[in-house]
Amino acid sequence: MADSTGITPTLRRRGRNFGPAKVGLWGPPIALLALIIVGAYVANALLGTRAFLLPQPHVVLGKLVEPKTAPDIFEALGNTAIVALTGLVIASVIGIVWAVAMSQARWVERTLFPYAVILQAIPIIAITPLIGFSFGYDFPSRVVVAVMIALFPMVGNTLFGLQSVDRAHRELFRLQGASRWTILTKLELRAATPAIFAGLRISAGLSVVGAIVGDFFFQRGTPGIGALIAKYSARLNSAELYASVLVASLFGVAIFLFFGWLGRRAVGKWYDFG
Amino acid sequence: MSTATTLPVTTDKKTDTLLDFADVQMTFPDGTVALSGVDLTVKRGEFVTVVGPSGCGKSTLLRIASGLETASHGTVKLDTDRIGYVFQDATLLPWRSVQANVELLAELHKTPKAERLAKTKEAIDLVGLTGFENHLPRALSGGMRMRTSLARSLTLDPELFLFDEPFGALDEITRERLNDELLRLFAEKQFAGLFITHSVSEAVYLSTKVIVMSGRPGKIVDAFEVPFDMPRDPEVRFTAEFAALVGKVSHALREGHN
Repeated sequence: MADSTGITPTLRRRGRNFGPAKVGLWGPPIALLALIIVGAYVANALLGTRAFLLPQPHVVLGKLVEPKTAPDIFEALGNTAIVALTGLVIASVIGIVWAVAMSQARWVERTLFPYAVILQAIPIIAITPLIGFSFGYDFPSRVVVAVMIALFPMVGNTLFGLQSVDRAHRELFRLQGASRWTILTKLELRAATPAIFAGLRISAGLSVVGAIVGDFFFQRGTPGIGALIAKYSARLNSAELYASVLVASLFGVAIFLFFGWLGRRAVGKWYDFG
Repeated sequence: MSTATTLPVTTDKKTDTLLDFADVQMTFPDGTVALSGVDLTVKRGEFVTVVGPSGCGKSTLLRIASGLETASHGTVKLDTDRIGYVFQDATLLPWRSVQANVELLAELHKTPKAERLAKTKEAIDLVGLTGFENHLPRALSGGMRMRTSLARSLTLDPELFLFDEPFGALDEITRERLNDELLRLFAEKQFAGLFITHSVSEAVYLSTKVIVMSGRPGKIVDAFEVPFDMPRDPEVRFTAEFAALVGKVSHALREGHN
């Protein structure tokens, strides 16, 4: 029976507007980009003999198709992506397990949470020698750095999600005598999904940062874009340097957008995932 | 007796009384006395409504009856384990469709799938939500969410149905409509009801007995038998007898408040 109260409100979809509104959305940032590009040409012209410090934008972009440099850059990016992805997977598993453990008892939370905060506060550069001692100077250590940088948002967001479960929902389950495991799997983890995806999106970006930072310290084996950046910067190859930085940044943005999209796909039907 | 006991009596000899509160007191850890000396029974076939000012411990009464809280003093006897509980909000899981929400309780009780689906279908039909099975809660109006919540409890085939101001947040028209549906379900499913509300006319219209509580600490100050026949004629609301009883209950509520 469709009663008078049964009007189905039309679901509003955000960011699906086309036409003039779309221009309003994308116009300003594109205008700013154009300004920066023009500024780069002007600066390059004014710098004279030191023009190599700030190469012209088309020269930078040229490096991304040049047979001499492009394969190096993209291969390095691929290596970075593998480190970042491995780090992200490990950080997600550890982060979710850590948060679930803390959500199960107050004393576990009190015992473990300080270490999550400490982990977050450790200056990663200060402990890189220790990581090198323990894990060597190639792939595993680069992954460890990525994990350490990406871990905290997973722990923090998952815990927040698990703890923000509605009290009435908990009582609904308690009234049926549901076990802790049932409450965890059918209620808490489901309710925490938006927060977990929000954490995943932040951690994904951070894992890329971590992989690049890892490259600077651990350059054995097949280092990634960070090692390349270090090399170009040492040789004052500024166009190549800019090209690598640009590619690394775009990769970070792409990862962020991908996990945003994934989050909307996972929970967008019932939650307004930003 | 200094400690409260909840005795789920599971004998084959079913008594008439489903819920029995004797001298129940509830004191919270912070010292607040929410209930004091409450005697209350709900028998089979009865629909008991409790009215009282906000914060008088009405909800605590239900929380004790359902086992969510334990009384600090007195005895609570419960003669059924099939209890429906309808919260103030619909408390639907936002990621589950109407169908999946209604299925939830049977799922938690590990009811076999075929039986679970049959119960779910029956309950959805009973509350008039057929055709909305695949809707998510956010696409439903407040009234439809509450119907879904009712359907969810109906899958338990409750003998005792506890309602904690379920229609308080709905508009008047939706509320009246749901009152009528609740009366129809009461006639059809033969459960006993304990209903909390702060609307006197809703209380009189729905119930066979109205209990009036005073403010903190919550005490029962008066009780009224409602003489109108069940199934109840909606027109009864516009009679002088109905108005007179509403007046008496309102008066008792006001007395208790002062």
